[in-house]
Amino acid sequence: MAEVEETLKRIQAHKGVIGTIVVNAEGIPIRTTLDNSTTVQYAGLLHQLAMKARSTVRDIDPQNDLTFLRVRSKKHEIMVAPDKEYLLIVIQNPSE
Amino acid sequence: MFTDESRDIFGFQSSWKKSHRQTQDSKTCQTVPVHTAEAETQVRSVLSSSTQTDPPENLTDQLTLHSDLSAEPPGLRDFLHRVEDLVIRELVKNSKSHAFDGYEVNWTDQHETVSCLFSLGYCEAQDRGLQVTSVSWNCTGSVIACAFGRVSDGDWSTETSYVCTWNLDRRRVNPKQPDMVIATATSVMCVSFHPLRPSLIAGGLYSGEVMVWDTSRTQDPVLARTGMCSDTHKEPVYEVKWVPGPRQGEMAVVSVCSGGRVLRWSVDGAEGKLTLTAGFALVRQQLPLSRSASRVRGDTAVGVTSLALSPWDTDMFLVGTEGGLVLKCSFSSQTVAAVPPDGESVTLHAPAQFCFSPRAGPIQSLHFSPFHRNLFVSVGTDGLAHVHSVLQPGPLLSLRVSDSYVFGVRWSPVRPLVFVAVTGQGVLQVFDLGQKCLRPVATIEQDTGGQCALCVEFNQQQLLAVGNADGTVNIWQLSAEFTEQRARESAVLQQLADDVPE
Repeated sequence: MAEVEETLKRIQAHKGVIGTIVVNAEGIPIRTTLDNSTTVQYAGLLHQLAMKARSTVRDIDPQNDLTFLRVRSKKHEIMVAPDKEYLLIVIQNPSE
Repeated sequence: MFTDESRDIFGFQSSWKKSHRQTQDSKTCQTVPVHTAEAETQVRSVLSSSTQTDPPENLTDQLTLHSDLSAEPPGLRDFLHRVEDLVIRELVKNSKSHAFDGYEVNWTDQHETVSCLFSLGYCEAQDRGLQVTSVSWNCTGSVIACAFGRVSDGDWSTETSYVCTWNLDRRRVNPKQPDMVIATATSVMCVSFHPLRPSLIAGGLYSGEVMVWDTSRTQDPVLARTGMCSDTHKEPVYEVKWVPGPRQGEMAVVSVCSGGRVLRWSVDGAEGKLTLTAGFALVRQQLPLSRSASRVRGDTAVGVTSLALSPWDTDMFLVGTEGGLVLKCSFSSQTVAAVPPDGESVTLHAPAQFCFSPRAGPIQSLHFSPFHRNLFVSVGTDGLAHVHSVLQPGPLLSLRVSDSYVFGVRWSPVRPLVFVAVTGQGVLQVFDLGQKCLRPVATIEQDTGGQCALCVEFNQQQLLAVGNADGTVNIWQLSAEFTEQRARESAVLQQLADDVPE
């Protein structure tokens, strides 16, 4: 158990990282460093977006697959690392 | 049976600054007693047996969601192992990257220029030479109410006046014909829309009466009024505002007058009455004046010309006075005001807690920054705009707006460093505190024939309404330069607020 938390802690300690969320295949957050409502909102929306992005990549080329998703916004950069069972979402403020 | 009673002040230490500090507690620390025995030695030897520290537990606190932490989902550890390096690599790369510096996307049409969308006016009021004394947007930002009255005339008059509303989201807006005209018995000095209910307008009259109108009632729009009772103001009401009421979800009306009274009213729509629930009186001898401020001359009563409510702290409000003082006041003050009772049904309290450095002339307008809890801006007839922190008596910045009077000032709802001010020459000045120089970054000349602009108000769509002395209200659309927040703007504002002058 500690190993999982240690990993999240290492990620969270990086420059400008605002929050780290782990989401399971159903889009339900299972680990987070953010508050409850923010976590639920990010988890739900980014899970959908990641699934959509993956199907887009695979529709274009069935032999291809999504490996990483980055969303750049005015305020943040959101990174999503997908996997068959989990998503890791990291929200960073790169200008910090 | 019941008598008035004044209570002593109880004080306790402020703790808000301390609360940010992290506290550390060590629960237990244990070391086995070190047994030493010395038979015979010449060299000193040091022996440490063991030390112990407790691991920080705050991370696990953060990580608890509803799910049980002890049950680790299968494969989570492997997943994190796989992605950790990738994510960390990207995070490091990202924090060093300058790829997006200065990059901006054009999602919407950029408004390159400042444009006047409408010039609203009501011919009957304009024919009689009435001035627009106050404007207010409703909570949806689509309806604008404007009050007609006179600021140039000091006489008591029984001249009738109007409050007019226009809905600017209609397909055909007739700028010369208001959607609704409410006739009033005397000049209207101020109007304010309810912050949640789009049809309620509170207004203050020159006679001292406070009214609440409901624009959804076509027959008789008057929802509640104070009447000319002994409770109400005896001087012109310069500002009305809505504040959270005693019960959840209820709003009360606060009105201020040049007689130095600040009164809070609860709206009783069924009875059609405004009931006085709290009253405050500003009296000269009770003001917390510093030595430099005590030379300000004036009557014993302190005339209030402007009012500002803090969006962060519902207990705090600021008033600007005719004598050029800006006072920080509290709604929960329990000090009884030193005024002879004048037939009021409640005990008047003295609200002033702190006095900012005085100005040379009446304070015409005050506004709290929507982005920082301590910052506000004040303008007065001395032609200066002062950016203040509520924690310091002196201004953080003093900007020359105009050589004539300045009647209104408002912070931009989107750009933390931008505010606008309207002047006695009818000019709209836009200031950007992010610029090095303290001069206006934009000057918008209005076609008012040199008459003054008396009030200014933003809505959520960043339209700017300016009410003028020639009886017109101009609706301005600012250019994209003033409507899009830039990077680090909030941080610069924070720096400005933390800046302590020597």
